[in-house]
Amino acid sequence: MNMRFYRTTMKEEGNSANRPSNTAFTQQRLPAWQPMLSAGVVIPGFLLIGLAFIGIGVGLLITSRSIQVLELDYTGTETSSPCYQCTMSNQSNCVCKLSFSIGTLFKGPVFFYYGLTNYFQNQRKYGVSKDFNQLIGDVSYFKSPSSDCQPYQRVNGKPIVPCGAIANSMFNDTFKLYQIINGKEELVPFDGKGIAWWTDYNIKYRNPDYTPLKNAFNDTEKPVFWTKPAYELDTSDASNNGFINQDFLVWMRRAALPNFRKLYRRITEGNYKDGLPAGNYSLEISYNYPVISFEGTKKVTFSNVSWMGGQNEFLGIAYLVIGSMCVVMSVVMLIVYAKFRFPEED
Amino acid sequence: NSSKIQDEEKEQRHWEASVWSFLKPSLQLWYSREPQKDAIITVGLLVSLHFFLQGNAIKTYKYNVLTFIPLNLYEQFKRAANLYFLALLILQIIPQITTLPWYTTLIPLVVVLGITAIKDLVDDLARHRMDKEINNRKCEVLLNGSFQDSRWRQIQVGDVVRLKKNDFIPADLLLLSSSNPNSLCYVETAELDGETNLKFKMGLRVTDEMLQEERQLADFDALIDCEEPNNRLDKFLGMMQWNGERYPLELDNMLLRGCKVRNTDVCHGLVIFAGGDTKIMKNSGKTRFKRTKIDELMNYMVYTIFAVLILVAAGLGIGHTFWYEQIGSKAWYLYDGLNYNATYRGFLSFWGYIIVLNTMVPISLYVSVEVIRLGQSKFINWDLQMYFAEKDTPAKARTTTLNEQLGQIQYIFSDKTGTLTQNIMEFKKCTIAGRSYGTGIFVCLNTKTSPVDWSWNQYADQKFQFMDHLLVANVKSKKDKDAMEFFKLLSLCHTVMVDNKDGDLVYQAASPDEGALVTAARNFGFVFLSRTQDTITIMEMGQEKTYEMLALLDFNSDRKRMSIILKFPDGRIRLYCKGADTVIYERLSTNTQHQQTTQEALDIFANDTLRTLCLCYKDISANEYEAWSRKHKEAQLVMGDREAALDSVYEEVEKDLMLIGATAIEDKLQDGVPETIATLAKADIKIWVLTGDKKETAENIGYSCSLLTDDMTVHYGEDVNEKLRIRQTTRRRQPPTNFRRARQTPEEPFFTETGKNALIITGGWLIDFVDMACECEAVICCRVTPKQKANVVSLVKKYKKAVTLSIGDGANDVNMIKTADIGVGISGQEGMQAVMSSDYAFAQFRYLERLLLVHGRWSYIRMCKFLRFFFFKNFSFTLVHFWYSFFNGYSSQTAYEDWFITLYNLAYSSLPVLLVGLLDQDVNDRLSLKFPKLYIPGQQGLLFNYKNFFISLFHGIFVSLIIFFIPYGAFLQTMGQDGEAPSDYQSFAVVTASSLIFTVSLQISLDTSYWTFVNCFAVLGSIAIYFGFMFDIHSAGIHVIFPSVFTFTGAASNALRQPYLWLTILLTVGISLLPVICIQFLYKTIWPSVGDKVRPHSMLHSCSGHSVKVHLVRCDLVSLHPVGSEEQEEVRASDGGKEEEEGARALPAGQALPSLCLRLFSLTRLRRPHLVRAEHSAASCRPQRSKCKHQGDSPRRGGEHLS
Repeated sequence: MNMRFYRTTMKEEGNSANRPSNTAFTQQRLPAWQPMLSAGVVIPGFLLIGLAFIGIGVGLLITSRSIQVLELDYTGTETSSPCYQCTMSNQSNCVCKLSFSIGTLFKGPVFFYYGLTNYFQNQRKYGVSKDFNQLIGDVSYFKSPSSDCQPYQRVNGKPIVPCGAIANSMFNDTFKLYQIINGKEELVPFDGKGIAWWTDYNIKYRNPDYTPLKNAFNDTEKPVFWTKPAYELDTSDASNNGFINQDFLVWMRRAALPNFRKLYRRITEGNYKDGLPAGNYSLEISYNYPVISFEGTKKVTFSNVSWMGGQNEFLGIAYLVIGSMCVVMSVVMLIVYAKFRFPEED
Repeated sequence: NSSKIQDEEKEQRHWEASVWSFLKPSLQLWYSREPQKDAIITVGLLVSLHFFLQGNAIKTYKYNVLTFIPLNLYEQFKRAANLYFLALLILQIIPQITTLPWYTTLIPLVVVLGITAIKDLVDDLARHRMDKEINNRKCEVLLNGSFQDSRWRQIQVGDVVRLKKNDFIPADLLLLSSSNPNSLCYVETAELDGETNLKFKMGLRVTDEMLQEERQLADFDALIDCEEPNNRLDKFLGMMQWNGERYPLELDNMLLRGCKVRNTDVCHGLVIFAGGDTKIMKNSGKTRFKRTKIDELMNYMVYTIFAVLILVAAGLGIGHTFWYEQIGSKAWYLYDGLNYNATYRGFLSFWGYIIVLNTMVPISLYVSVEVIRLGQSKFINWDLQMYFAEKDTPAKARTTTLNEQLGQIQYIFSDKTGTLTQNIMEFKKCTIAGRSYGTGIFVCLNTKTSPVDWSWNQYADQKFQFMDHLLVANVKSKKDKDAMEFFKLLSLCHTVMVDNKDGDLVYQAASPDEGALVTAARNFGFVFLSRTQDTITIMEMGQEKTYEMLALLDFNSDRKRMSIILKFPDGRIRLYCKGADTVIYERLSTNTQHQQTTQEALDIFANDTLRTLCLCYKDISANEYEAWSRKHKEAQLVMGDREAALDSVYEEVEKDLMLIGATAIEDKLQDGVPETIATLAKADIKIWVLTGDKKETAENIGYSCSLLTDDMTVHYGEDVNEKLRIRQTTRRRQPPTNFRRARQTPEEPFFTETGKNALIITGGWLIDFVDMACECEAVICCRVTPKQKANVVSLVKKYKKAVTLSIGDGANDVNMIKTADIGVGISGQEGMQAVMSSDYAFAQFRYLERLLLVHGRWSYIRMCKFLRFFFFKNFSFTLVHFWYSFFNGYSSQTAYEDWFITLYNLAYSSLPVLLVGLLDQDVNDRLSLKFPKLYIPGQQGLLFNYKNFFISLFHGIFVSLIIFFIPYGAFLQTMGQDGEAPSDYQSFAVVTASSLIFTVSLQISLDTSYWTFVNCFAVLGSIAIYFGFMFDIHSAGIHVIFPSVFTFTGAASNALRQPYLWLTILLTVGISLLPVICIQFLYKTIWPSVGDKVRPHSMLHSCSGHSVKVHLVRCDLVSLHPVGSEEQEEVRASDGGKEEEEGARALPAGQALPSLCLRLFSLTRLRRPHLVRAEHSAASCRPQRSKCKHQGDSPRRGGEHLS
């Protein structure tokens, strides 16, 4: 018998050109771990995850509650609204004043946002209606803007720079905040620097290398809805013009949802470095941007931020709910497991 | 019931005759041969017949240079998905609706089509080569009055060809003459029907006499009128008109293409059918494009998804219409200068969404499926345990598209000869005059028997082994007259041909068992030396004697016996007869002896699964013979039902027989066949054996390979007929309006008796028995032709909608292999046709077990898991767009960056799931084999069906909902850590995309049940690739180079430095995964599947060694021997590979054994009570057998097979 065996092996060695290789991979014997959803892992796991989630939820909720937010609607649809008269006619340079008071110190740094609702910046066609090559400062595209910009590609035969619907519809209300101290209005200084993304300001948007900047815009038109050309957006600061104007950058970063806020200014200077003290304030709005036609509203928001950003209780509550459900489910699973364990004799 | 069959045949003939007369003017083949000319069709009208008459070239390929591209593209675009992507591509080119760039679809489509086309091209080139090889074979054709070398493809109908010994027959020929007397010509029909024995063909007397010379053949001028080409191998009807005489032509006069000329120096034939008209080609089914069930299902799912897609897109399009009317038209900032009305905008939005949501059916699905199948095929090719070392043949997956179907087989159709058996017959036992000789097969070698030494007999075949010395001694002493008569009969009563090769006798037997008997007689001193037309010469214990053969009463399946009437040298006339015991016993003389004892011996032989034949003789007086001979001659001339006439004449003489004894032959099964069949049966796979053999043989084999077991009731075709008739009458009696309902309600079972059933039927009729047959555990069909084999398969496929597998080794199995969903060829046996037309090929039947239960099951599970997950991951990916659309005015705005959409399926999410598709194992191979029940979910298609599809769909919907709405809630009114632009679209896209990647990666990690470092690498790698790519795409540099292509500059870095967004991602991922884990856990706890129950075993086994060890230990416990080196070596010798070796080496020796053994036993007992039963049986009866098997032949049959 052994002889027979040896004979076969001899034969194998002599004539085994087709013999498959004997490796762990080809024989499908790779060392492996076969995880199983065993009770010992799942039930304690759920309990731990649940507790962790509850912890995170509590943390988020406390943080969120500590954030101060003040939101004011200035659309002016109601007759009582100070901006009501601005909605009535097409008068330009309509200015309205919104008064409000702050009970306690509004801790700084305070961020000042404008907000729009029912405004579809995320509409696909609206979203693609811009020319990235223009915006990066490539003057060759000043002459022939991308067809994506239609119908804001050309006007009177001249190319529009910056072209497209997004640029065209840039938000153009402006705000001034006054604190009323002893009946006198004291201007709260706004800081408009660095409110856009660093990458937008330094990389994505660039002005063409022309001095003065105006020359680059020769033979081009400003967007139809704009009152000033791009190179004159900020008359007070020459370096805040063209495509790297902070307000322009903020506007060009499309919002994800139809109700959004965009950063307008920060309050970080002078007496207001530590925040807005309690008192009465007046917000002077130069009301230009039409929203009533599409049933939108306009808001301004004062807010301070924490490590988790602005106020939003959603996440904290969601964490709490999910965490508690995990704990509950771990108990349910324990009960079910105790009842239905694999019968050993099966 | 035989009258019914006759009726059927008559009907068939009648029908043929009527068709015949109708088609006669056009289809009749007229050949006139004029001197010095080749086939010329003389009748003018029939010139057009050249179109009907094929040349001898055959064509099996599909494409040529010109047709390849159009035909292949056509074939590929028949696939719903490819067509869908083509349509998408066209949509994306239309500027109004393009929402994604056109190249996102074109590039993958071209890649997919290209890969498939190259694969098809390679396949077709192989077919081209084969055809060319065959068509260029050489043969001699009579041209211009002399025989000249020619190619097969040049042969035409009407040519005369000359064939030499061992030539393949190039076309269907009418045998004209041969070098043998009476123009006898021997052929081997292995290619045609798989039978390796010789058959003889005979030319007409007139052609034999007149057409020997080349000149005569050249002058041959006859009119042949024959049936139209058909696929019946057992029938040919024709008529030759020559020199004013008409001669009937039958199959006996025909040499069919595919056969081989043997034992005949030269023969001449006239080509009747050539090329595709030949019977063998008519028998070969069309090459069919095989598809798996999952393929079909997948196609339907693609349709479903497409329907869902259209519905969703339509809904969103309508949404856009309303949105535009109410909001969009008023929003001055959205003015786009186009004067479209809301409805038209909705319509455009619909098409836009069709494009955006197209990723629900990702094109990479099909590529991935192909890749997975290719991988599975490689694993089959690489499997050492399906490698047959003796012949150096590895298993081979010849098609790479059917692997997962291997996990769904419900019916196996197996050829018998060469597939189940080795087709080697051995004379094992006999009973002579009431005394049995030959030892049992299962007697262990430690008894003193050794094979008989044949050195005293110079003619002995040394390969022949016999264990009983007593019988030899009896014969040698010449005292035992019965024994002498017994072997004399065996040496005389047969149809074996003898071939004298270098002084060595080589027998060519009509069936291997006849050969075995003649060989046995030869070794016992009765050597069959030669035969002529009417004499037989044998060497009778050293004396050469010649017997005159007066008549040969040939075997057929009705008679089940053959006889020969001989005139002895001393003038006596004696009839020798051998046949099945049932027919012989009816015809025994009243004063014959040993009836009782022989019957007992026969029963014992039958229980040993030996094939038995009874032998008897009868002395006939000269007068008696004269009288009978006259009748015989008359019967031979009967033109009508000649066979019946002959049978009744034979019947007259075959009576009052004197019993001599009986023989017992073993048709050796291949290794592991019974075990394999038993395991497959446990996996609920029904096995049908289809064989050309006679019923008894098939039944015997059925028992010996444990296809038929003692607890089964065997039903034969005859009683089945009765049952069927009852069923049909009841059905007929039902009012026709009820018919439909009656079909739908399950009919009551045929077999009312409880217990397992088995069915043995004869070919001929096969229709309407499927229902009944499928109720049986086992079915054996005997005497079936290749076409009938295929018919059986297609019947089951058609009426049972079952997944079928055919396995065979010979050319006669080609048809059935092609017809079945899966065709398996046994390689390394006779011929290669079966292998060439098969989908999988390996060397031994027993590998089928591993192919199905391991590779098939894994492939199925992997493919199902892959598909379920793939659909899930794309639903959860794509439907986020759907939720988002509610917040962006249904404007087909995507929720992610375009590049993420392009790369998601390509780079971010495909590798882990692809690896699951390639490597996953729910349980390892040993457990798969040990628990065949694990195979059943595959047969029932439980792992991937519409239910699973909708579960995936809902899972995807759920996850997409979470992935959209959690970030939505978080983004609703938030601002960043530093107050900057807090909720912009790009950050949102980054958050949803990251949540999706984490969810999908972790979900596949949860679904992976076989975690190797490769999987780990893939999952972590995918996440790393995602972040790597994203940061690259969002980097400053790439935006500067392509400002309008990469527009998400800084989005990733800005978003992902906010802890708040990370918390959002964490929550999203948590909510997406936790409920799934919870549900899975509860489901597994409450309704555990077989796999869930078995899986803990794999843990046990992997820590306590391999199952082989268990077998070994068990084996030794029952035989009460300590583990010897023998056992270990045996395991090493088996082709199991390294693992087993290690397992065996790791065995502790001596004392430690019982405790280990007991521990393993107790584990088994806990889980599987029936295994314990198996142990008992092993302990009670197996040791002897297993020992003996070790001794016997194969080292593979070790303790390994005990359970």
